Amino acid sequence: MTALEHDPQATQHEQPEAPEGGLGRRGFLGWVMAGTTLVVAADLGLSRTAATAAIPSLPQVPEIYDLEDLQTDAALPTANLVTVTINKDGTASFALPRMEVGQGIVTSTAMILAEELDLPVEKVKVTLAPARPELLFNQLTGGSNTTFSTFTPIRVAAAVARRRLLDAAAIQLGTTVDRLTTTGGIISDTLGNTVTYGDLATSAASQVVEAVEVLLKSKPDYQVIGKPRNRTDAREAVTGRKKFTTDLDVPGALPTMVCRPPEHQGSPKRVRNRARVLKMPGVTHVAMVDTGVAVRARTFGQCIDAIRELEVDWNRGTVSGESDQTILAKLKAQELPMVVPQVPVLAQQVDTRFEFMFRSSAALEPYAAIADVRKDRAEVWAGLKAPIVAQGNIAAATGLRPDQVKVNVVTGGGSFGHKLFGDHAIEAATISRAMGVPVKLTWHRVDEPRQGRLHPMATSRVRATMLAGQVLSFEQRHTSVTTDFSHGLGEMITSLADELPTGLGGLGFAETIFTLTQELPYNFGVVTQLLNEPLEFEDKFSTGSMRNIYSPDTCVAAELTIDLMAKKAGKDPMQFRLDHVKNKRVRAVLEKVKKEGSWGRKMPKGMAQGVALHKEYKGATAVLVEIDCRPQTVGRDLGRETYTGPRVTKAVIAVDCGLVINPRGVEAQMQGGFMDGLAMTLSASNHLRDGRFLEASWDNYFYTRQWNVPPEGVEVHIVDPGSDTPGGVGEAAVGSSAAAVACAYARATGTLPTRFPINHGQLRFKPKSFVPSLPPSPTDGLKKTY
Amino acid sequence: MPKQTFILNGKPVTVNVNDDVRVLWVLRDLLGVTGPKYGCGINVCKACTSHLNGKAFNPCSVKVGDLRKNDKVTTIEGLPATVGAKGEDLHPMQEAWLELDVAQCGYCQPGQIMAAVALVKKVRREGRDITEADLDRIRNVCRCGTYVRIREAIEKGARAMR
Ligand code: FES
Ligand code: FES
Repeated sequence: MTALEHDPQATQHEQPEAPEGGLGRRGFLGWVMAGTTLVVAADLGLSRTAATAAIPSLPQVPEIYDLEDLQTDAALPTANLVTVTINKDGTASFALPRMEVGQGIVTSTAMILAEELDLPVEKVKVTLAPARPELLFNQLTGGSNTTFSTFTPIRVAAAVARRRLLDAAAIQLGTTVDRLTTTGGIISDTLGNTVTYGDLATSAASQVVEAVEVLLKSKPDYQVIGKPRNRTDAREAVTGRKKFTTDLDVPGALPTMVCRPPEHQGSPKRVRNRARVLKMPGVTHVAMVDTGVAVRARTFGQCIDAIRELEVDWNRGTVSGESDQTILAKLKAQELPMVVPQVPVLAQQVDTRFEFMFRSSAALEPYAAIADVRKDRAEVWAGLKAPIVAQGNIAAATGLRPDQVKVNVVTGGGSFGHKLFGDHAIEAATISRAMGVPVKLTWHRVDEPRQGRLHPMATSRVRATMLAGQVLSFEQRHTSVTTDFSHGLGEMITSLADELPTGLGGLGFAETIFTLTQELPYNFGVVTQLLNEPLEFEDKFSTGSMRNIYSPDTCVAAELTIDLMAKKAGKDPMQFRLDHVKNKRVRAVLEKVKKEGSWGRKMPKGMAQGVALHKEYKGATAVLVEIDCRPQTVGRDLGRETYTGPRVTKAVIAVDCGLVINPRGVEAQMQGGFMDGLAMTLSASNHLRDGRFLEASWDNYFYTRQWNVPPEGVEVHIVDPGSDTPGGVGEAAVGSSAAAVACAYARATGTLPTRFPINHGQLRFKPKSFVPSLPPSPTDGLKKTY
Repeated sequence: MPKQTFILNGKPVTVNVNDDVRVLWVLRDLLGVTGPKYGCGINVCKACTSHLNGKAFNPCSVKVGDLRKNDKVTTIEGLPATVGAKGEDLHPMQEAWLELDVAQCGYCQPGQIMAAVALVKKVRREGRDITEADLDRIRNVCRCGTYVRIREAIEKGARAMR
């Protein structure tokens, strides 16, 4: 379903690109390291070369310098090395200082290495590096930044290795390098003599560190990059051999779960029946920690049974007595004013205000970590996107020094921002220390929406002023419950404070990130987009980003408003957007969905198309959807605990994400991102009542299921801008998908939805008990076989 | 402690554990068979989906004591052998999954594949082919949103299961 094509309209870059590939190719410096087999290295800071350009006043900050640049620049001064090893069996190995959570970076990294090494992708072994404190900001996986920031250094290391292997081959074959060619890990001379990388791994090794200058392959020569490729770990996944944290067998690490407080972020006061629970079958330890009462047992099932028996006195939580309405009222009171006064003479105005509910960023794999904490050292295994920050936090929690803590990064069962935080690893370490034994901790599903990380509740106001069909101004004011950035992004910003572009100094973390990510892709006169995260919410909620930070919400608010503006101007929504797009790259994706999605085709009453555009992560995404809001569809009855609602019947996505490494990976990220956007607009939220979150199951928290999937498919079209550098894709589709669905819903129903998700007002399930904190494990499974 | 005996992926196994422990934990925590995943423990997410005597079941919701000694439990690890696949060969449904590159994080996928195989067998027993309505009713959660490719893979796998 992917169509990779070159769009001639989009070839002209309107933004400065990296110098490589421009006037003559630039040489890069890498190193041959000392070792018994060939080990080469490159500086991770290679990804960017010069300081940022001065900021002209008109474009918004992200057009010049965005969140990716910040993450990449934060990686610059650490000047640390990533190494590639050529093994005697002819394979190459590389430890990626990032985390795979399903986004496919292991595959795309292997492809980049294979390209520059001239080695088959299967012979490139990419693993995840454990916490490397010396890498500082170079080991944070987030903001869709991985490929963007590691692209050049990885290629340089590979090019050094290839160069070095050629030198060694020339000696062995008694010829010169210019007479040699490399294909598939084999070096041949003009006479047909061959030698493999494996044969040369030792002779190409060096006893001293040597600097080597190399040129990189240029785009027309790419053989691997840009060709669709299946994931390298696909076979492991479909055979069940892929190991996630709780699948690991760490000696003595028995199953452990936590009995958690009824209120959000409450804490235990006292356990009344510890002795009795300790006697239950399988139970080995019961320990009170600050997040709850931990139980360790022979099986997780016995942990659950024990937790249901525990009698605990609880302290109140951090939002005791608060509910959705009280928080919304507080947010409303803090909304920043608009600049343009209401109803100026002659002008037309569109004024909108939207509310976005709390959402859970939990993955299907619940938070899980293994910890073995001893007196003088600790070892932890967990899915972590910022392992260095976690290492520091674990050290602090266990009273050890960071260098006494070993943090192993395990592939995660999804992240969506959830695993940026080390909550699970820190908690496991705390419990292991309290019990004095190794533990294998899992959160129960119930714990995730109630105590886990949330996408913060927010409101977004927009005011657009138009005069005689011209848009004069577009103002957006986003007001949000505090977003927790303590996973490392915050530190990045602090360390770069003096170097950030003008206009960012003096802003808080959240406001800085907001400014770095918001980029309205339209010419709407004077544009201001501001964020306010009132201090009163600090530490009240466990929050974080969720497959993107603010953009899905701001995009929904902006795009719905744009539809209203189009209406006021008497224009078709698609045409109105095309009339105002800021540059060719965004125009290209919009034109693409217009054509592929047959914009404007006739639909029955109750059905409609919707379109939206989003620009971020050095790329642009346009989404066109068709939605069915007819009663027979909305009211589909698929049985108990099944929320159906309006159905998107078809989605067409066009994405420009710069240089594409793996089109298949891009397609997967777009399809996955679409489902996130769909859920955010139509169905997925957490309800806060009296300081407690009600959701406790996938049948309460309506992330999408098969019955929400567009039956006519999610089509992905990659629009190639002719760029030499990759952008980010992990989050690129979420905002525009959420907005396109919202716009389609508004058009199909003739209403303007103002609260998201649209079904939040009606509670569609019976909340599970809070005491005991876990529901009983069912026993009727034999009656439900098929 | 009571002895629990059943057939796991073609071989009889015996474990010492109380009757009321759910099969999922017996498989994962005691026998080290980790293909079936934990995603909820209350028969909602379907990540643990495996087969009991050839039909889909959710081991998080069955007491081990309710298994009889001739009951055949098949997890994703034992799926290829059910069609006589040898060595590294896979079940046609797994092959379809590979061809369409369905998995993202992969956490839900063993359960998705086991559910898909059971669904195909169920509609065949009913003497018909898979419909959109059948696909719509699959409850297995995929938080990475691989649903579209799952649908395509099931149709492909079903054709290969003839
Ligand atoms: S773990 Fe069995 S259905 Fe969720
Ligand atoms: S692939 Fe990640 S949950 Fe399905």
